[in-house]
Amino acid sequence: MLSPFRLDLLGKYLCYAIVAVGISLAWGRGGMLTLGQGVFFGLGGYAMGMHLKLQDGELPDFMSWSGVEELPLLWKPFANPVFALAMVIVLPVLVATLLGLLVFRQRVRGAYFAVLSQALAAAFVILLIGQQGLTGGTNGLTNFQYFFGLDLYEDADRRILYLVTALILGASYLSVRQLVRSRYGQLLVAIRDGEDRVRFLGYDPALVKTVAFAVSAGLAGIAGALFVPLVGLLSPANLGIVASLELLVGVAIGGRYSLAGAVAGALLFNYAKTIFSEQWPDGWLYVQGALFVAVMVWAPRGLAGLSHQFRDALSSRRKVEVQA
Amino acid sequence: MSALLEVRGLNVVFSGFHAITDLDFTLQAGELRFLIGPNGAGKTTLIDVITGLTKPASGSVRFAGEDLAGKREYKIVRAGVGRTFQTSVVFDELSVLDNLDLAAGFRRRMTGLLRRRHGISDDVASALDTIGLGDLADRPAGVLSHGQRQWLEIGMLVVQRPRLLLLDEPVAGMSRDERDRTGELMQSVAKDHTVLVVEHDMAFLRRFASTVTVLHEGRLLCEGTVAEVQADPRVQEVYLGRKERV
Amino acid sequence: MGTLNQLVIGASIGAVLLLAALGLTFTFGQMGVINMAHGEFIMAGAYTAYVLQPLAGDQAVIVALPVAFAVGGVLGLILERLIIRRFYGRPLDTLLLTFGISLILQQAARDIFGAPNVQVDAPGWLTGGVDLAGVRIAYNRLFILVLAIGCVVAISLYLSKLRQGRRMRAVMQNRQLAAVSGVATGRVDQATFFIGSGLAGVAGVALTLIGPVGPTLGTAYIVDAFLVVVAGGLGQLKGAVIAAFVLGVLNSFVEFWTANGASFAKVVVFAVIIAFLQFRPQGMFVLKSRALT
Repeated sequence: MLSPFRLDLLGKYLCYAIVAVGISLAWGRGGMLTLGQGVFFGLGGYAMGMHLKLQDGELPDFMSWSGVEELPLLWKPFANPVFALAMVIVLPVLVATLLGLLVFRQRVRGAYFAVLSQALAAAFVILLIGQQGLTGGTNGLTNFQYFFGLDLYEDADRRILYLVTALILGASYLSVRQLVRSRYGQLLVAIRDGEDRVRFLGYDPALVKTVAFAVSAGLAGIAGALFVPLVGLLSPANLGIVASLELLVGVAIGGRYSLAGAVAGALLFNYAKTIFSEQWPDGWLYVQGALFVAVMVWAPRGLAGLSHQFRDALSSRRKVEVQA
Repeated sequence: MSALLEVRGLNVVFSGFHAITDLDFTLQAGELRFLIGPNGAGKTTLIDVITGLTKPASGSVRFAGEDLAGKREYKIVRAGVGRTFQTSVVFDELSVLDNLDLAAGFRRRMTGLLRRRHGISDDVASALDTIGLGDLADRPAGVLSHGQRQWLEIGMLVVQRPRLLLLDEPVAGMSRDERDRTGELMQSVAKDHTVLVVEHDMAFLRRFASTVTVLHEGRLLCEGTVAEVQADPRVQEVYLGRKERV
Repeated sequence: MGTLNQLVIGASIGAVLLLAALGLTFTFGQMGVINMAHGEFIMAGAYTAYVLQPLAGDQAVIVALPVAFAVGGVLGLILERLIIRRFYGRPLDTLLLTFGISLILQQAARDIFGAPNVQVDAPGWLTGGVDLAGVRIAYNRLFILVLAIGCVVAISLYLSKLRQGRRMRAVMQNRQLAAVSGVATGRVDQATFFIGSGLAGVAGVALTLIGPVGPTLGTAYIVDAFLVVVAGGLGQLKGAVIAAFVLGVLNSFVEFWTANGASFAKVVVFAVIIAFLQFRPQGMFVLKSRALT
């Protein structure tokens, strides 16, 4: 049995793995390099966090610190659990759909899209920090006591929460796997490899891509909502440019084209991060940077793609021999 | 009877360069028409305009009585116009069968797309048979030869049952054997489709064409049977000094 | 009055953006490389001025300009030679790759110079300002504006007058055609990366005039710099100049008009760029091509 501390960490990794499932769909299958998953993670997380802060019926602590005396209008509906739970998915999906339709219809893609999604993450974080009274600013939302009847300070209750998270990860994995194997999944790959050709087959690539992007955003939102009670804290530092990129590294390491690889990569990467940050805090950035470089240079398909790469290398050697 | 495709007063300008000037062009249902002309004559540009890839400066394109102006590319395809490109684009990671299935499913709604493919639909099976790639059905399209890729692309068009097929240089870069097979494939497709072919290859033209339209510097030069066009002094002048004498 | 003041502030933000983005228009535009480490080259330029301070006193900023150009340029060249040249045609992978490099460089700066911010003193003649129509224009802001204009002029002269520069334009417009016409594209790529990264170094020196220097200095500017390139059009000097100043002025006005505006400015800028891309999906200026992608 894992100690409560290790179990806490595992819960966090599971959340990142849920995000990874979505990234694998959008990036690996759809070719959309999304550098702004932190935004969707944050939208889901804040929707949940706002509800949890309102569960005891009092004004959230950070508001009284920053001189806000009455609950802001924006917060009021989040007292309703059904509304809050719906928003966990609706908000990220809505933002992703809007952005997706606007940019994909205009055929903004590849590097342009990556840059824009990153700019969205930057703007989102600055907005969160600036609206101290509404969002808790740099500190974000902290101090949660209850999660839908579970006491977050009770180990037994926390175990239930991990179980729920693990189940949601499993369900996400299975549904995205189903999606990837469907005709839709083939269409998505086809668009990644030849968007204009697909357009001349009579499909609207913008729509197909937006669906994948929105699904990945929804998964990130769910993950963010689980992150809040599991970790007990959500702040802009979890959502910005660097955090968004870290969500991506795990997928890159595990293998962007493989769903299982993406999940394993996210778990592995975040575990390594914990270990290193404990043992050698200053060195972690070096390790992380070197990991980025190493994966991109030697294993662009990630760990899951190593066998594929090996096969390619073998067959190209064979070709050379035949030619010689 | 009204024409299937009617182009009237078409002008296309690329930053000052007139690619097509005052072009009128008509195609009747059931025709197999060749479109020829020297480089820069505006052949591919005409196809690009019909399929919505290029926006004309003025003029109209009517397909089966419907104005195509300002329609998005995929809607033009759904109206029944299919095309191939000079460089064939098939999806390397998908199998030959899945390539065809993808093309066949273009009218499916999102909910229909969410299911996996089970078995082979009749349309796909008959297209597979037409293009003669039955043996390679389950291989990824990435392993196909250049000629086979072109045939797969034609198959992907046929399976969509378009009312008009536009083929842009289907035999470019093919061996003689492959050209003959492509020509036969094209003729069998033309039996129940209207087909417009852009082609440079004169031997191919003489063997497989019936009516020909000649473009030159963005204008219509002449139209007629292969023999008529070959006899036309203007055509000879345009091609004078070229290897590909008509 | 207020409007004029905001225009001046906007122009100076624009000048900073332009300096940061100038190099990117070439590395991104010509080579399709999304160099996230560009921000760290800016940071390296700023630290160059800091290092030169004990030697050059309060003229460090001036002395540092050419040195920082060389420092940034050499860093860029090393990056290009060692790794990036294996990645041409894989723009999204270069993004992740160079982000890794940027993490390493940030931590290196932390280990060398310490995590706290450091200060570079501006030359005495850059303190103070001039009053123009009732608006006070600080000399350091004016200097950055002049520096940005100077860099743009130098680049456009290089591109139009020098053989090297014309080769660079040729590669930018059609790499394959340039290659078969006998242009050594590899050489041109190296030159492009050297100049582009050198300009980042210069931008870093300019930034020391308006704020402290820290290991994460570059990250603050890199995203906006990329937005300038996207809005301006790839490899388009003219586009980058206009986009930088429009975004700078927009920033300053949003901050002025809305309460607590600084936090909204980025969101508004983002929305404006998305709206702009609805009309010009490829940015303000674009090289026409019939290629099917």
